[in-house]
This record gives sequence, C-alpha cells and structure tokens, in this order.
Amino acid sequence: MLKIVNGAVYDPANNIDGEVRDVCIDDGKVVDSVEGGRTIDASGMIVMPGGVDMHAHIAGPKVNTARKMRPEDHRLDPVPRTSLTRSGVGKSVPSTFATGYRYAAMGYTTAFDAAVPPIAARHAHEEFSDIPVVDKGFFVLMGNNEYIMQQIAAGERGRMRDYVAWLLQATKGYAIKMVNPGGVEMWKSLGNTHTLDEEVVGFGVTPRGIIRSLAEAGMELHLPHPVHIHCNELGVAGNWETTLETMKTLDGVRGHLAHVQFHSYGGDPGGMFVSRVPELAEYVNTHPNLTVDVGQILFGDTTSMTGDGPLAHMLHQVTGRKWVNVDVENECGCGIVPIEYKDKSHMHTTQWAVGLEWYLMVNDPWRIALSTDHPNGASFVSYPQVIRLLMDREFRREAIKKVNPKAVAKTALPDLDREYSLFEIAIITRAAPARILGLKHKGHLGIGADADVTIYDKCDDAEKMFSVPRYVIKEGEVLVEDGSIRRETFGKTLYVAPVYDTAVEKDIREYFRKYYTIEFENYPVQLEHYLPRPREVATTGDS
Amino acid sequence: MTVLTLKSQLQAPLEAGVIVPDRFAGNSVAAVAGMPVTYGNEAACLGDFFKVAGAGSTEIVLEGDLGRVKNIAAGMTRGKITVHGDAGMHLGSEMRGGVINVYGNVGDWAGSEMKGGKIHIHGNAGHGLGGAYRGSRRGMNRGMIIVEGNAGNEAGAVMRRGLIVVAGNAGDFAGAFMIAGTLMVFGKLGIRAGAGLLRGTLVTFNQPELLPTFCYDCSYSPSFLKLILRDLRLQGLSISEEYITGCYRRYSGDFNRLGKGEILVYDQR
Ligand SMILES: [Zn+2]
Repeated sequence: MLKIVNGAVYDPANNIDGEVRDVCIDDGKVVDSVEGGRTIDASGMIVMPGGVDMHAHIAGPKVNTARKMRPEDHRLDPVPRTSLTRSGVGKSVPSTFATGYRYAAMGYTTAFDAAVPPIAARHAHEEFSDIPVVDKGFFVLMGNNEYIMQQIAAGERGRMRDYVAWLLQATKGYAIKMVNPGGVEMWKSLGNTHTLDEEVVGFGVTPRGIIRSLAEAGMELHLPHPVHIHCNELGVAGNWETTLETMKTLDGVRGHLAHVQFHSYGGDPGGMFVSRVPELAEYVNTHPNLTVDVGQILFGDTTSMTGDGPLAHMLHQVTGRKWVNVDVENECGCGIVPIEYKDKSHMHTTQWAVGLEWYLMVNDPWRIALSTDHPNGASFVSYPQVIRLLMDREFRREAIKKVNPKAVAKTALPDLDREYSLFEIAIITRAAPARILGLKHKGHLGIGADADVTIYDKCDDAEKMFSVPRYVIKEGEVLVEDGSIRRETFGKTLYVAPVYDTAVEKDIREYFRKYYTIEFENYPVQLEHYLPRPREVATTGDS
Repeated sequence: MTVLTLKSQLQAPLEAGVIVPDRFAGNSVAAVAGMPVTYGNEAACLGDFFKVAGAGSTEIVLEGDLGRVKNIAAGMTRGKITVHGDAGMHLGSEMRGGVINVYGNVGDWAGSEMKGGKIHIHGNAGHGLGGAYRGSRRGMNRGMIIVEGNAGNEAGAVMRRGLIVVAGNAGDFAGAFMIAGTLMVFGKLGIRAGAGLLRGTLVTFNQPELLPTFCYDCSYSPSFLKLILRDLRLQGLSISEEYITGCYRRYSGDFNRLGKGEILVYDQR
C-alpha cells in the first residue's frame, strides 16, 4: 500500500489539472483510499501517470544488428554495474538492460517497439525478457507481406483478415504496422513505388489498396490500436502529397501516422526540403479519425533503423556511412545506417523545425504523441529536451538562433508562440499515447488504473525536471527514488489475441510448406515460454 | 618528478588510466598512491601495486614490467612519461599532448585515436598502433609515433593526420582506410597495405605486394620526404643518406575508393 499526498496531480484523462490531491495505491492499482502503508509527501512536486512511449525501436533483430554495427557509439557511453543493476552500454542503441533502466530513470513505464518482422517475433520477446521495469509490446510488420498482398489481389478479404489475426496471435504482437506499404517489396526487385496508385508489380495490388484493406481489417478485428502507418516516400522532398493521400485513404476508419515529421516535406524530389506541415496539420485537425506521433529530430549523432529498406539505402548513398540491409523472406525488409544531424545543415534544420511545427500546429493534444522515433530522430533520453522546446518559448527562440538561419526562416516556426502547459505535456507524453494505443488501464490515475506514477520536483527548467524524476512508481512499487534506481523489477508484455476462423490455418500451412524457410509448427511464439509476464489486451469492439 | 616502481609481477591486467600527468599534478604522494585502479575485476589503489616516490608531478617515471598495465597516459594533454620496461595496451590512446618514451615493448592500440603529442617506443608495438578503435571513423589525428622495433597489424588504420614511423616491419593492413597523414615503414609490409586508402602517404623501403587497385604513376624524389627523414635523424634514428637523396616509385590508390592516396616505394637502383 502506498499513498502519495500533497502533490499537484496532472491527470488529463480524468480532467485533473494540477489540483493538489492524494493518489492511493494498493496491489498495483490506483484505489479510492488506503489505510496504512508508506506515505510519500509530494509537497511542491508534480504527480503524473508514468510516461508511455508509443513509437520507438528498442528490441528485435534490427536493434540488435544496430548494436553490433556501432561499437564506436557504445564505447562513449558505458553503463557500469551497480549492486542492483547490470552493466551495459548506452548511446543511440542501448543494450537491453540499459534500455529499461533509462526509460525508468526518465519516468517512462511503458514502451512499444514499432517494427518487428513476424518471423523475428521470438527474438523480440527474448529481448523484452531482458528489458527491466517497463511494460512493453510491439507492432507487427504487415505492409509488404506477400500472403496479405495475394489475398487482397484475389479479393479474399475474409481470409486476409483471418490471416492478420492469426499473425498477431502467432507473434504475440499488439498492432498492425505498415512500413512503406508495397514499396519495400517492389524495391527488392524493381525499385521503390512512388505513388499510392502504382502497382506493386507481380502482386496486382497498390499501396493504397494495402493501406485501406489493412486499416479495415484492424477495425473489423476490433484491435485496440487498429493500424500504425509509416507512410510511403519517407524522407523524400515532395512526399507530403503521398502523406495527404494516405490520410485521405483512411477516410472513415481509424489510423495512426507514425513520425509524421519525416513525411511532411514539399519541394522537388532530390531537392531542398520545404515544410508542408500547415496543410497536413490542418487535415489532421479536421479529421478526428487520425492520430500522429512526430518523430522529432535533435542535433547530434544517432542510428537510423527502419523496416524501410529503400530509405536506408538512400541514406547510405547520401551520407556514405556504413549500411546494413536485410531481406526478410516473404514478409518485409530492414535497413540500418548511422546518421548525424547537423544544426548547420539546411536539410536537418528544416527537419527539426518541421517536427516542432507539428507539435505546435495540431490543436488537439489528444491526437499527437511525443516521439523522436527513437533512435531515428534522436535517443528517447532526449524527450525532456523536446518537452522544454515545447513549454518554453524563450528557450525555443534561443535554439532557433543556433540553427541554419535560411532554412528556419522558410518555416512557420519563428512565428509560433504557442507554449505547452504541464497539462498538455501530460497529454502528449502519457494520456494521449495510452488512449491512441487503446490502453484503458494506462496513461491516467483514475480508480483501477495501473499504479504507474512519476513524481517530479517542480523546476522552471522543464528539461531538468523531466530528466530526473524524484520518484518513479511501477505497479505500485517505488523503483526510482531521488533519481536513482532502488529496485529492479520486470514489466509485462502487452499483446492482443483477436478471434479468427481457424479454417484459414490450412491455407497458411500450405503457404508455409511452399515458401517459408521455417515450418508452420515452429513459427508461433509460445506464450508460456517467451512471455514471462503476459498481459492480453482485449479486442472488445468499443474502440 | 614522480617515480612509480612496480612492487611485484602482476597476475592480472591492471587498468591504470590514472597514470597521467594531468591527474598526478599537484597531488601528494599519498593522494597518488590512493588513486583508483582496477585489478582484474576488483577495485584497488595505485599504491597497492606501485611504490610511489615524489609528489604528483607532470613528469612521471615508471619502473618494472608493466606489460599488463593498461591505459597508461591515455588521454594525456601535457607533461612527460618515461617507462623503463614494457607497457600494456592502450598506451597514450586518445592523448592530446606531451611526450611518452618507452624503453621496452608496448601492447596493442598504442596511440590509438591520439590527437597530439609524441610517443617514442624503443621496442616493438602491438596491433592497432595509432589506429582506430572498432567502428571509429577516425584513427590518429595529429601527433607523432616512432617505433624502433616492429609493429603489428593495422598500424595507422583510418589515420586522419600525423606521422607514424616504424623502423622495423609492420603487419597486415598497414595504413588501411587512411584518410590522410603519413605512415613510414623501413622494414617489410604485410599484406594489403593501404587497403581502402582515401588520401595520405605510405612510405616503404622494400617493394611490397601491392593490391591490384593501386597503379604506378612515376618515379621521383619528393622534397617533403627529405625534410621528414632529416628530422628523424634529429629524433635519433639512423637514416642512410641514399634514402634522403634517392628516388621513389609512386603508386596511387586505392581505386576501390577515392584513389587519392599514395604508396611511395624506395627505388633500390
Ligand atoms: Zn520508427
């Protein structure tokens, strides 16, 4: 039992905006009242639900390959063993244990990996087993899956939906992810696709058809988070039209657009980036079926890792840096390239400003989540810097003075005076991502919510305040106190198990026999062996 | 002057990055003896292994077989370190200034990624001399290393600036992926010397087995080489007059990459 008293509580989902009130915890949940147990006096402090990261790359073969690829990165940031915690390394691709400790030390208690190839699900779960503290889950790559494309082309909508449900069950994944739908598959043989209506040669489908079909399947399966989309044409000048078309394709269904910062550029392909955030943010503002996370970039060295093989190839060609490319048999692709964002660069400054424009131009904070697309735009440990850029107009003005002046002058950023309140920050860092993910028990402190709580010392410097919370409580246990980890626990793995007609398995089995390197029987991840603390999230249909 | 004398033969590696003039300066004998080191996997003090004579100074003398002592002078920016005996891995790695003299052999990664200063090794050096740690985009970037004996593999790898001179032989991949700078080897080169050379100069006095991606340009007598070789005489190396006045065959490459590097081979005619 635990009682947090005298703190200013920011719980947007329950419309509590800095009101001083008690939070009572028992058996890992928020309760009405408790008798006895520890009391934390949070006088002068700020109490929020634990942070929820809805889009990061923290586990699985892509992350692990990046670790192997970047010893020079790890050498700069050793994480020594302590009596409580294990050793590891940090920087852009931290080791598993360090990933958990660093999320925890920053007050984040839930994190999702945004791109796991289905065939690699087992590996992702094995890494999850070594990521302490946070609850975690992952999205399953489906936008270039050959079986899905074949079913769409054949008009077998029901079979496609059943396969999607089977795939989520088999992988113990959480949501449908599309990465450059159709384009990754095309790139393996004939080059990327460039519009949503171009045929994916050999499959008789278009990117638009894939997006619409999977979005509808996600709705029909009542997934808590129907579809998570990395649009086509990432990082290409002029890609904003493709992004707008993707939004239009989602008319009438729910859809989440990931790291929109990377998808909001005007200009001619191959030329300079120009911000087209005003048009896209306006579309989001007027279409409540859409949500976004930003994928903010920050200046410095990091690692780009993506299921978008052609994008990584382009980055390698532009930067000349080392490159890993993977063709994941019938399912998807992957690319990894180190990248350094420079404040002198016209392109990087534009990207930085475009990200901030997104935060400042979407009116409803409930439909935008804070992300850096860790580690693509920057490491998740830099979220507090993003928060300060949003909360502190003067800090932002000073930052604008340090970047490429020509590039930033072409954006709307210097004219945007909006400042986020603590209430709004609590929305974009916990309440909104939890709601967008359909996690009813997270991102708030109402009765029955998971007792994941972060308590900050009040400080004018938001970056400082959000970097080092005073207390972090996970499932009712105080894990971080005065900025250091006091206990190591392991969180739960969140997954969905949508129902489907098992008749489809006969066809999938046949497909595996013909085209896969792995037997049908060996493919599914066994719950009892790979998810030490499983937590199924219901597919109820009231989303 | 601070003199550290090893008390007894070490059984495990000793990580002693504290042996740096920058750290010693202004500290008492007791403070120097109390500086933290890691022996195997255990925390310990410098004084557990060394007799310390003289308060902390920017001039340090080390006595004994220090072949298992790692990180000596790593990151040093000033002062002087003299080792009478062998030194372990990472000697003077990432150093920025000052002078290191070793009257013995040194382990791998001596002078790796150094950015200034001078290392003079009177014995042999290990692998990665003045090289780049795994994954790094730059190796040595300014400064000078002289090895009177032999060097291991990857000497001067990914070098950006500076001069490395090896009086004996060098192992495989000498000067691999060099960006610029000069690597001079008086003895024999191993295989794949200059592989991936962008720019920079490799000088050798025995015809090496060149990669097929190098091509012969001309024979000439470069002036800059005369200046370097005369300077090396002042540094105590004996350089025969023919090397100074002689002719060199120039091969450019590596044409697998930019191809603006050169390998100069002393023409024995
Ligand atoms: Zn991502």
